[in-house]
Amino acid sequence: MHDHGDSHDEPSHDGHGDRSELTPLEIRVRALESALVEKGYVDPAALDLLIDTYQTRIGPRNGAQVVARAWRDADFRAWLKRDATAAIASLGFTGRQGEHMVAVENTPEVHNLVVCTLCSCYPWPILGLPPTWYKSAPYRSRVVRDPRGVLRDFGVELPETMHIRIWDSTAEVRYLVIPMRPAGSVHLSESELAGLVTRDSMIGTGLALTPPPLIA
Amino acid sequence: MSYRSNADLGGRPDSRPVIPEREGELFHADWEPRVLALSLAMGATGLWTIDMARAARETLDDYASLSYYEIWLGGLEKLLRQSGAMAEPPTARPRPLAAAFVADVLARGSPASRPADGPPHFAVGQAVKMRTERPDHHTRLPNYARGKRGRIERVIGVHVFADASAQGLGERPQWLYTVAFDAAELWGAAAAPGATVTVSVDAWESYLEIV
Repeated sequence: MHDHGDSHDEPSHDGHGDRSELTPLEIRVRALESALVEKGYVDPAALDLLIDTYQTRIGPRNGAQVVARAWRDADFRAWLKRDATAAIASLGFTGRQGEHMVAVENTPEVHNLVVCTLCSCYPWPILGLPPTWYKSAPYRSRVVRDPRGVLRDFGVELPETMHIRIWDSTAEVRYLVIPMRPAGSVHLSESELAGLVTRDSMIGTGLALTPPPLIA
Repeated sequence: MSYRSNADLGGRPDSRPVIPEREGELFHADWEPRVLALSLAMGATGLWTIDMARAARETLDDYASLSYYEIWLGGLEKLLRQSGAMAEPPTARPRPLAAAFVADVLARGSPASRPADGPPHFAVGQAVKMRTERPDHHTRLPNYARGKRGRIERVIGVHVFADASAQGLGERPQWLYTVAFDAAELWGAAAAPGATVTVSVDAWESYLEIV
């Protein structure tokens, strides 16, 4: 059934398996994909693999492992601050949009925040695909000018005395925020610590989670 | 016809809230992952550079009204037109990214660093002023930093110069620096009440002037 008024041929028998009504955008994307496959520029199996990679293999749990290791291992933290690309690669995370990594550490005095005001540059190997808000005009416009207002949108209120340090990713360097290790986490294993590290805490719009109290 | 980026948003008035999003919420329509994959696969063919792709996206007339993946889709269609890839006969011989190489290509990435052929002109701690004039092509110096005074915080290394690469002029590598600005310098003293805020950009050497 067509009620969106376009003039394309019936698109529901093209092998994609979706028999429901297609939006104009879906028709446009399918046409583009078909043309690129037909011209030999694209291997359809590669497309599926690319999608699967970012849906299931490359995401913020990678970065959480890096942070948890830095919390537990002072030598690793020093390496991460000195040469983040190499330190992160030692855990197996390398490549596209993470070729040149810099890690910046939150302290009781300084809170770091990362943005790309010019597009949506983001450290893919450790955080995966950027969230919608990171790519949105309100975040990119406001965070450099009113970081505390943006942090309030995330429910984060920092002490007035805390210095805010904003990193605009305008070249090919990508930034990882090392959030402060929460109190009450001394007894936790590395994988338990990683569970406290949220994606937003590695961008700077959040803080690490507080572990549940030990029941004595 | 002067070059205009619709993507240079830093510091622009915008009263809309930032809407947080759950971790793992990656796509909002079935076509979005297809556009992601098509863009990555076509990027790997070498028909254009990442800087050309950014230029194609940021100059979409309706940039402000498009969602992220609509921008990627519009950019991809524009790059295909500009490159002549879809012409008959096509101007390029297809070199598709094979599925067997996806993991390697992603894990290797495309480092932008290049060997230095001379020392950097600026040193950590040095005061600099950002160039004021806006070039008539893709550039990576945000408007909010133009003409502003900052200091060199880090000498990153020699990197492919985005402005040249976006225009198809080759890599023309330059020293790249992290330059930090006080918020009061960027927005005026009234805009930064309370504790201090510092903003940095990563800037190629030709964006900088000696103070």
